[in-house]
Amino acid sequence: MNQNTHTSGHPLSFAKYLLGFGLAILLTLISFGIVAFGLAPRNFAVIGLIVAAVVQMLVHLHYFLHLDRSKEMRWNFIAIVFTAIILFIFVAGTVWVMVTLHSRMM
Amino acid sequence: MNNEANLHLAAEAHQSENKLFGFWIYLMSDLIIFAVLFATFATMATSFAGGPGPKQLFNLPYLFIETMFLLISSWTYGLSMINLQNQKKNAVLSLLAVTFLLGLGFVVMEVTEFHQLILDGNGPDRSSFLSSFFTLVGTHGLHVSFGLLWMAVLMVQVATKGLTAGVRSRLMRLSLFWHFLDVIWVGVFTFVYLLGMV
Repeated sequence: MNQNTHTSGHPLSFAKYLLGFGLAILLTLISFGIVAFGLAPRNFAVIGLIVAAVVQMLVHLHYFLHLDRSKEMRWNFIAIVFTAIILFIFVAGTVWVMVTLHSRMM
Repeated sequence: MNNEANLHLAAEAHQSENKLFGFWIYLMSDLIIFAVLFATFATMATSFAGGPGPKQLFNLPYLFIETMFLLISSWTYGLSMINLQNQKKNAVLSLLAVTFLLGLGFVVMEVTEFHQLILDGNGPDRSSFLSSFFTLVGTHGLHVSFGLLWMAVLMVQVATKGLTAGVRSRLMRLSLFWHFLDVIWVGVFTFVYLLGMV
């Protein structure tokens, strides 16, 4: 019996955690940097912040929650993809309806 | 190791995997709750009702320290899990203690921020923006608080029972919960705080 099993069935490695942590810190610094120094025009800054957040969430999911396309994580992967679709419908749908409503009432 | 003992361990490992997957499904339903709260916040983000907006209310360095507390606590929990697989009980326990203190620092900073906002008359009753802000950020903070309670219970279990199969299995589920909350916080500090301040 292998005692070294975690969620994915692969042994956890310090190097992987360190890489994930480094990337997460870097992305957080980029996000705060964009706001603190205000170097980019507002539109670019908004896009930059959203991209940095999405990438950081993926970094956390991969390096900390050990989510990948492996056989052991297949159902976890399917579940989160399904949830992401629901999430997108909720958020994008709500914003779409409310923005349309708002512009019609002006 | 005889055959029967092997079968027993295999069954235990299988059960632990099943519980982890069940907990993952719970996290996905939790994600739906946060999705709805984020959607609500998105529609209220500029409804200030003549009150203050993110630029007047939020302090960037304060938010940065708060974020670092949670991010570093995620990392120390991961280190604790690495020591768990190497069966190093004392290292697991001390890293859990560090994680707990960092998490507590986060909650204390958040409660202090909420307290100050309410004292200044900028509570959830001030505007739609602040109502949805308190609901979304408060729900996340409540999750972190319950995570701390769970962590305290598991620290006692590690100390008294040692790294038994049951304790290991619970530590892995808390690991998912704790890392998941950090993913949500990335969404909170970006969409609630930073996008409003840029």
